[in-house]
Amino acid sequence: MIHTHHYDALVVGAGGAGMMAAIYLSRNPDLKTACISKLYPTRSHTGAAQGGIGAALANLEEDHPEWHAFDTVKGSDYLGDQDAIETMCTEAVDVIVELEHMGLPFSRTPDGKIAQRPFGGHTHHFGEGPVRRSCYAADRTGHMILQTLYQNCIKNGVDFYDEFQVVDVMVEGGVCRGVVAWHVHTGDLHVFHAKATLFATGGFGRVWSITSNAHANTGDGPAIALRAGIPLEDMEFYQFHPTGIYRLGILITEGVRGEGGILRNDHGERFMERYAPTMKDLASRDVVARAISQEIKEGRGINGKKYVYLDATHLGADVIENKLPDIADFCRTYLGIDPVKEPMPIQPTAHYAMGGIPTDIDTQVILDAHGTVLTGMYAAGEVACVSVHGANRLGTNSLLDLVVFGRRAGLAMERFCRTAEMPGIPADPTARTEARFGALLATESGGEPAARLREEMQDVMQDNVGIFRTAAGMQHALDKVRELKARFAKVQVMDRGKRFNTDLLEAWELGNLLDLAEVTTVCALNRTESRGAHMRDDFDKRNDVEWLKHSLAHVEDGGPIRIDYKPVSITRFQPKERVY
Amino acid sequence: MSMVTLRIQRFNPEADAAPVYREYTVEVDPTDRVLDTLNAVKWYQDGTLTYRRSCAHGVCGSDAMRINGVNRLACKVLMRDVGAQVTVEPLMGFRVIKDLVVDMEPFFAQFRSVLPFFINDARPPERERLQSVEDRERFDDTTKCILCAACTTSCPSFWANEDFVGPAAIVNAHRFIFDTRDAAAAERLEILNDREGVWRCRTIFNCTEACPREIKITKAIGEVKKAILYGTARA
Repeated sequence: MIHTHHYDALVVGAGGAGMMAAIYLSRNPDLKTACISKLYPTRSHTGAAQGGIGAALANLEEDHPEWHAFDTVKGSDYLGDQDAIETMCTEAVDVIVELEHMGLPFSRTPDGKIAQRPFGGHTHHFGEGPVRRSCYAADRTGHMILQTLYQNCIKNGVDFYDEFQVVDVMVEGGVCRGVVAWHVHTGDLHVFHAKATLFATGGFGRVWSITSNAHANTGDGPAIALRAGIPLEDMEFYQFHPTGIYRLGILITEGVRGEGGILRNDHGERFMERYAPTMKDLASRDVVARAISQEIKEGRGINGKKYVYLDATHLGADVIENKLPDIADFCRTYLGIDPVKEPMPIQPTAHYAMGGIPTDIDTQVILDAHGTVLTGMYAAGEVACVSVHGANRLGTNSLLDLVVFGRRAGLAMERFCRTAEMPGIPADPTARTEARFGALLATESGGEPAARLREEMQDVMQDNVGIFRTAAGMQHALDKVRELKARFAKVQVMDRGKRFNTDLLEAWELGNLLDLAEVTTVCALNRTESRGAHMRDDFDKRNDVEWLKHSLAHVEDGGPIRIDYKPVSITRFQPKERVY
Repeated sequence: MSMVTLRIQRFNPEADAAPVYREYTVEVDPTDRVLDTLNAVKWYQDGTLTYRRSCAHGVCGSDAMRINGVNRLACKVLMRDVGAQVTVEPLMGFRVIKDLVVDMEPFFAQFRSVLPFFINDARPPERERLQSVEDRERFDDTTKCILCAACTTSCPSFWANEDFVGPAAIVNAHRFIFDTRDAAAAERLEILNDREGVWRCRTIFNCTEACPREIKITKAIGEVKKAILYGTARA
């Protein structure tokens, strides 16, 4: 059964960016807005963010948006677009105050202001030393942002469609006309017809085996976009967070190092002093993750294994229990260790996509290197590439990206909806979805479980398209992913029912992950330099002459991946060598 | 590695007349989560097994269920702590949609009924409102709630009367009632003074024991009761 709904604006995804946009849209009572989410909104992965949100509030020491912008540009290894970065860092101050006014319970300084702590790559005076810029609520800043935004959505009466999986976007004639969604509870398809559609669907960490990301982070948004003819930008840049719990990948916030935690190898050495003499453990994430991997590679992992220690034992019980309580809980629950008394075993964990759906500064989706706008379609948050993170994102800038560009999306969509006409619905809007689901259900018995294909993909991507990359390894991964895509045609969905069929959902999600694994690998092979999170042994230097440009990966009608390029916006900060 | 038997309550209203228990044998590591074990069943033995999950480390609140008779998040319980025979059932008190998935809508309706959002219509200052460290600490515990429903569905008063607003909603009201920046404590206290409000709580402590975030829920409910009796949240 197919249901049809008509709205002015659709928000797909109910994390930080989506709900920020929904709040702004809901302020115009003449507009009908729906927020569609695969999960209940408070389950969104924004809630897992821990350490803080960056803004030059200068509550504890001198700070300026210009310093924040410089750090972000440098952190991006000069691939970030400087106009977008300046906008983000300038609007940061205002948007943090706005969150506080919405009720967000930040931790406080002794004089009652929003508390701030140091974070990786954030400096004063353009790189001279760490600065306290990360605004936090203990070590559950993302949780507080997610709850506060959800609360405000309820206050404003936003229409939520919870546990509706968006499965297609309706694009025809250069105009976005809404989305097709699958109601998980009933298995029915719903056509959501609208003037403006925002994708705020988050990331795809589940491409890799060791990840901080939720099971739900399967890159549905970018995969749907790619299939609809929208390019993906800078997909070769994927961040590995330095400190995930060994084997589990669960995030241990950079806030631990912000509060003074130290990384140590098997000799007890504070090895970051060798890799980043000024910032040490608070260098940017790509630098620290690479350093940890190097230590492990050279046999200085703990007991020769694939982990090092994050030592917080010198911080004292008071700091750990009050400023890092969730981290203490994770360590006690999953490792059976007390971080007050013992160091934490950590390894880098797949964490964040710098790349995604290309947008302009008002979050409008763009289709090519000339900036051609896809009318009526917007993207914000991790799914988008605006690009403020370039080749490597700084900690605290993802939550900031969500709220700054979520707000800009809400404002831009509100303006658009006031004057835009409702576009027509394409003929047979669910045909493509029905074909895709039909194919997933075509194998009645004897096929392979999605889980096996997924595990093989995750292992090959972890080993070959991770922190250190080689041409041979990436080629091997690409061959393997293509083999898995072929085998995916005979995936076995055991659950044949309509109701809450998460077996079918997982198979559909795997299709997205495989598409993104392929694009990521093709883009990584294509970029013959090392920059930010993309580090390869055969081209181990940054090459600004040939590669100071964004890549755009296109797939036309299921054909091969084609890559072209878009220039980087450089305003104030000329590329320099990057030293921390 | 060792073998465990999972006994899972299965029910698909589309196909089954009544719930049944099915047993699955799985090889596990002692440090595997119960969620990992459910995944092992779903991924490699029986794809029809249905449950919610997302973050897998206790912050999203998707996978609350009854594990050996008590409400827990499946991702926050390790196999070494549950023995070789594990019984897994859906939360009590809500309609089962399928297997371990229950209808959460009544739970969120209760949540929405207590004005669970910041209210202060006074014009805010240019910068952040100031709040002392002590005032912020006053409601810190109840900001931790992840709306997993483990507390409400462990509460005998809720089992007896589904109109009871339940501990989770009271926790979320508490978070605002005791926030010095908020201006609507009196309205929330009035809502909770209703016959389906805090007075249904019989101080049984099941909620506190069930909370995966270790919120002192019974204490928070007691503070709300006291605020109603003494007419102010700030007394």
